[in-house]
Parts: sequence; structure tokens; C-alpha cells
Amino acid sequence: MTALANLFARDARIAIRIGGGAMIGVLFFLTVVTLVPFAIGPDLALLRRIGPAILWLGALLASLLTLDRLFASDHDDGSLDLILMGRVPLEIAVVTKALAHWVTTGLPLVIASPVLGLFLNLEPAALGATALTLLVGTPALTLIGVIGAALAVALRRGGLLLPVMVLPMTIPVLIFGVAATNAAVGGPVPFATPFAILCALTLMSAVIGPFAAAATLRHGME
Amino acid sequence: MALIDLANPTRFLALVERVLPWLIAATVLAFAIGLRGAYLAPDDYQQGATVKIMYIHVPNAWLSSFVWGVMSLAALGTLVWRHPLADVAAKCAAPLGAAFTFVALVTGSLWGRPMWGTYWVWDARLTSVLVLFLMYLGLIALWRTIDDPARAGRAAAILTLVGAVNLPIIKFSVDWWNTLHQPASVFRMGPPTIDPSLLVPLFVMTAAFSLLFVTLHLAAMRNEIMRRRVRTLLLTQAERA
Repeated sequence: MTALANLFARDARIAIRIGGGAMIGVLFFLTVVTLVPFAIGPDLALLRRIGPAILWLGALLASLLTLDRLFASDHDDGSLDLILMGRVPLEIAVVTKALAHWVTTGLPLVIASPVLGLFLNLEPAALGATALTLLVGTPALTLIGVIGAALAVALRRGGLLLPVMVLPMTIPVLIFGVAATNAAVGGPVPFATPFAILCALTLMSAVIGPFAAAATLRHGME
Repeated sequence: MALIDLANPTRFLALVERVLPWLIAATVLAFAIGLRGAYLAPDDYQQGATVKIMYIHVPNAWLSSFVWGVMSLAALGTLVWRHPLADVAAKCAAPLGAAFTFVALVTGSLWGRPMWGTYWVWDARLTSVLVLFLMYLGLIALWRTIDDPARAGRAAAILTLVGAVNLPIIKFSVDWWNTLHQPASVFRMGPPTIDPSLLVPLFVMTAAFSLLFVTLHLAAMRNEIMRRRVRTLLLTQAERA
């Protein structure tokens, strides 16, 4: 348990201290949201309608930011070998690293989303719904992303390959995240239906992601 | 001959050399029968001659998902049984699958132009095939990025299996998303009954395209084995020099 706590603390410390850490994700999120009105015009009614979708897209892109270095930097400084050789099951270590990643990149986005929602003229119900769906949905983005992060270890020059591989798999999360938010402000379906499926997607990715990522790391090291 | 005997590439190559001419002949024959049947098949009373696009479109659409299934089996072969030819099979299937998916998308939108009045609609089926196409391209990019074939094979195998789990979920989500956005759409044609005069050529064409896949796949595997041998020879030559 202490090993996992140490791993978590180490990852969180690295993420916060180096490269702007948690703030850079929020800053990116803010920049994306700021760009949207310039692209589509300052029409508040339109922004209100597509606001949840913009916030979700921004969160999706922001959660990819530091993902490619999640295991690759550990591989470069040799700590990945220690994690692989350690007595802690690799799957659990992957979950711990994913949790640290989410706390430092996903959670700040969730906290920042109501403020950004105000820029997009969202009504209070939509603000709460967006924050809630992001809180439930962003872990899924990280847990799907760890598969790509583990693949990135084997890639010498991956670059844009990671988003290309990961983003198609996040389509269901995006669909149900936005649908639940829209349902909260009055859609054809009750809020609980898409929200429950969103929760299911997160739980499912919590099962698939760490195992696939751990398998990738093991096979990549041989 | 058991599957394990084919682990020896030389034996596999010998088998391919023996089987390939017959497969090519069978493919050509099936296409000849299928295209003749498709040509002679009556036009649809509503769609006219455009219904004939179906004879190209449907087999390609079927193969687009079938090839991912083949790759998933090969991925299991790579990860579970360490079959030496499994990753060769997976690598060679990916571009073929992408090509079939691409043809399915193109023929679909060519059919959509006169039928729906537009080349592209965000219909559930079109969208999920487009996502499938993107995943094929991502997988091919992964194959091409890692230079060591064995490592590339294992990484691609895991991505293939994750994709195989995710594709039905994506399909379901897209269906849900689509019905939410445009209920009772005109694009939901769903012809419940197809006349046998149309169905028989369709079956023949599907068999022909499936044969085409097997032929091209075996030939591509042969080329890939040769390519790997050349690579090994070059590497040993470079070591000696």
C-alpha cells in the first residue's frame, strides 16, 4: 500500500511541478473555449446551445495533453523497469498512475468547467450537469488513454499517433457525456439514462484500460 | 496439416505456392459469375440502376468488419500462442481491411448522392463505418511506426483486441446518438425482403470478394515473410561488415 501511495505522490508531484502541471491543462481548456466564439461568432443563444459540447471537446483534448509522457518518461529515467519488477501487480500500478494523472489533469478541468461554462452563457442547470458528467466521464478518458500511453513507450516518434489511436475509442464517452448534459436541461430522454450509461462506460474502461496497458508494457519490455 | 505445422515459414510458403493459383482461379470465376448475375439482375422499381452499387457495397461492408475479426484472431495467436505467423497475418490484413472499408464508404456515398441527395449524412451506419476506417488507419500507422516487427506485432495485437471490444460499444453509442438526433429518419430504409433475383448475385459477389480477400491476404503474407527474410539478411550483412 505504501508503495502505491508513494507512486501516486511521486506522479502527482512530477505533474504539478514540471511543465506547469495541472494548470497547463486548464489553461489549454480555457484557450480552446476562448477560441470558439471567434470561430462561430459571439451569438449567446448559439453558444448556450452548443456550450456543453464545446466544454466536452475541450476536456477531451486537454486530457490528451500529458498522456504521451505518462509511461514514456518513466521508461526514459528507468523507473518503469522498477515498477515492472516490483511486487505490486502492474495492473494496480497502472491504475495508481492513471489516478494520479486524472487528479492532476482531469479534476482541475472538472473544477474549471463551471467558470468556463459562464463564458458560454450556460444556464445553472447545465453548469452543474456539465461538471457532474465531466466528473464521471473524465476518468474514462484517462483510463482509455493509458492504453495509448503504454503504446507510446514503444513508439520512438509517436507524436500525433497517440490521439489518432485513442480518440476513436473515446467516442462513446463523448456521446453519452454530451447527451446527459443536454438531457439535464430538457431533452427527449431523462437525465438518468445517458448518465447511467456514462457511468457504465467509465467502469468498463476501468476494467479494460489497466489490463490492456499493463499487457502492452509487459510485451513492450521484452 | 495442423495450424502449428504452419509455424514454419518455409512450409507455409510451400502451401501458399500450391494453393494460390487455385484461389486466384476461384476468385476470377466467382467474380465472373457474380458480375454477370449483377448485370442481369433486374433494376429496383424505386432505385433504378443505382441498386447495382449494392453488389459492390454490401460485400465490402461485410468484409470491413470481417477483416477486423480475422485480425483479432491473429492478435490472440500473437499474444496467447505466440504463433510466429500470427503477426504476419495481422499486419497484412490491416491495409486490406482499410481498403475494403474505404470502398464501402465510397460506394455508399456514391449511392447516397442520387438516393438521399447528398454524398454524406451523419447516419448511424455511415458514422460507425467511418470510425472503423479511422481505427484501421490508426492501426496501420502503429504498424509503420515501430520498426522491430516482433514488438510492433505485440503492440498492434493489443490495440486490435481493445478495438474489437470497443467497436460494438462505439456502434451502439452511435446508434443511440443518431436516434436521439434524427428520429424516424428517411434514411432508415431497411428493406425487409429482397427478391431472390437480387439476392443470389449478392451472395455470389460476397463470396467473390471474400475469396479476393483470402487470395490477397495469403499473397501479402508471402510477401511479408520474404520482406522479413530480406531484412534479416541485410541486418546480418551489416553486422558482418
